[in-house]
Amino acid sequence: MTEMTTSTTPMAAGEPLVRVKGLKKHFPIHGGLLRRQVATVYAVDGVDFDVQPGEIFSLVGESGCGKTTLGRSLLRLVEPTAGTVTFRGRDVTGLPAGELRALRRKMQIIFQDPFGSLNPRMPISDIIGEGLLAQGLTDRKTRDSKVEDALETVGLRREYTRRYPHEFSGGQRQRIGIARALALEPEFVVCDEPVSALDVSIQSQVLNLLLDLRRDFNLTYLFISHNLSVVQYFSDRVGVMYLGRIVELGTVAELYRNARHPYTIALLSAIPEPDPRRRKKRLVLTGDVPSPVAPPPGCRFNTRCWLREKLGNPERCVTEEPELRVLQSGHQVACHFAEDVTSAAVVAVAASQPAIAPAASEPA
Amino acid sequence: MTDSRKPQGAVASDLVRRAEEAGQDYEVGLESLSQMQLAWRKFKGHRLALLGLTILGILIGVAVLGPLLLPYNFATIPLPDKIVYEGRPPSAEHFFGETGGLQRDVFRLVVNGARTSLFIGFSSMFIGVVIGTIVGSIAGFVGGFVDNFLMRIVDVMLSLPVLFVILVASRFFGNGNVILIVVIFGLFSWMGISRLVRSQFLSIREREFVEAARAVGVTDRRIIFRHILPNAFSPIVVSSSLIVAGNIIGEAFVSFLGFGVNPTTPTWGNILSNALTFIPLGNWWWPLFPGMAIILTVLAVNFIGDGLRDAFDPRSRA
Repeated sequence: MTEMTTSTTPMAAGEPLVRVKGLKKHFPIHGGLLRRQVATVYAVDGVDFDVQPGEIFSLVGESGCGKTTLGRSLLRLVEPTAGTVTFRGRDVTGLPAGELRALRRKMQIIFQDPFGSLNPRMPISDIIGEGLLAQGLTDRKTRDSKVEDALETVGLRREYTRRYPHEFSGGQRQRIGIARALALEPEFVVCDEPVSALDVSIQSQVLNLLLDLRRDFNLTYLFISHNLSVVQYFSDRVGVMYLGRIVELGTVAELYRNARHPYTIALLSAIPEPDPRRRKKRLVLTGDVPSPVAPPPGCRFNTRCWLREKLGNPERCVTEEPELRVLQSGHQVACHFAEDVTSAAVVAVAASQPAIAPAASEPA
Repeated sequence: MTDSRKPQGAVASDLVRRAEEAGQDYEVGLESLSQMQLAWRKFKGHRLALLGLTILGILIGVAVLGPLLLPYNFATIPLPDKIVYEGRPPSAEHFFGETGGLQRDVFRLVVNGARTSLFIGFSSMFIGVVIGTIVGSIAGFVGGFVDNFLMRIVDVMLSLPVLFVILVASRFFGNGNVILIVVIFGLFSWMGISRLVRSQFLSIREREFVEAARAVGVTDRRIIFRHILPNAFSPIVVSSSLIVAGNIIGEAFVSFLGFGVNPTTPTWGNILSNALTFIPLGNWWWPLFPGMAIILTVLAVNFIGDGLRDAFDPRSRA
């Protein structure tokens, strides 16, 4: 048994493009007459991971687990409370405004909401060209031609530069958002749920576009999503987040075949089955995600953990917070009892739960 | 910035495929309408607003050109042809009638009064909007202590008995200077705007497009002027139109009390004030027409405000 509590990835081949160490983002809650700080939201609470050049690293988790905050604090769109983010060996967290602006060329973000992320009062040329202008490209002509190039790269017509966002569909708007990020010629792009607001028919187009662009421009993605099927299709490695921490991290193949964290297993069992004739047993988690204002002591998952229940509620789950450790299989998991997770155990627990009610009409 | 990042891997057919996919779901019209053009199109569909705009246009035309065509020179006011105390009702020659006393033509008075009244209404609104936008922007963008401080000033200003202060100030600083009245009204009409602008800043600065602009390195200055203010534009315009109406009434009121513009300069309020003693004599035409002018202006401005509100509302479609 390799019991290691190191946070470096075992597959570190060469220098990672982005290295996140001990990253925390806490939001104070002010209240009362004197606006004193009455509580803290532990949105991201100690996250470590590396992103290798050229890979697609995905973060999955439920709503409110801190994925988005994490993505934004990498770019310092929200200032991290603690920890470091290193880009190409350079610490980003302490950079002064001027250097941060230069860095923004290299690290970009694609937003979730194709409607909210484009200024309705700006023509496309300004939306996409604005970054170039901010980076010092003041010549209108060069800028416009670069904007047109970017539009063409994402599949839109060069003539659209004078249009306004409201004239486009959701998928096209998302392409505009991608063009805005790409115009700066970044190396690293945070994709914050880039397809979850789109029609299913458009989702695959945009995903394929992102894959094409990665190939064409040697991009590295941090892909944030709650859609496990998309993540499986799209990424090289996956980190599973729960209440502000990464609970399991590994390659897609490893994680989807051999998940070891009870939470990951429950998530995977919730992937919808496309074939309606096949019913599968789901591991249904009881209760809600605890509030990130007061995360439970010990393991954050202990309030909903089926494994803990099965093992007879061991003391260790509530007293000691599990760190990410590397398993024999090479992936990292933050659970004291990951070794007790076997397929037999999963089946037994799933069988003891009520089956999901079958649909009213059986398909012929 | 070299061409090294031109899509090397992307073959031409790849780009074509992407373009086909992107075009599939939606064809973007060739005719492009900006938000302003869209708003105008919707505004045109609002009948009352168009009516208001027409009335206001005529009134402004009268205010600007009227006094040139129908001069009212106090030095050349002819003496009354005979000593009569009462005014004369509307006639073919003086279709708004004549005043009592000096027997001035009410129509000329109203035309001359339009200039001062509208000038006061619009310029004081302008002052108020400029101050309000600056204060609100600073409060909303900077936040924290500055925000708190500025908003407490607003609270204090709002709790002052405005009318009393205006009366005192107009007596204290001179006798009925139009500019003075404009400044006083301007200084008392920015508070609502500043609260409005602040709230717009608070909400818009959290929108994703502002974050996107930050992410590409856009400066605060540009975020304020290109992202937040243009999106806060419509509520500002709507509430400015209401300020114009309020200040025209306010001016009329203050002048009516005799604390406003110098009584020899015709404003709608002054005309009403002068008419006061003649009302018992049955000189109804004297107060009626300037009163109508005030009502008409305020109605027109309010209709325009309503129309603008609808036109800028993204949920309403023309």
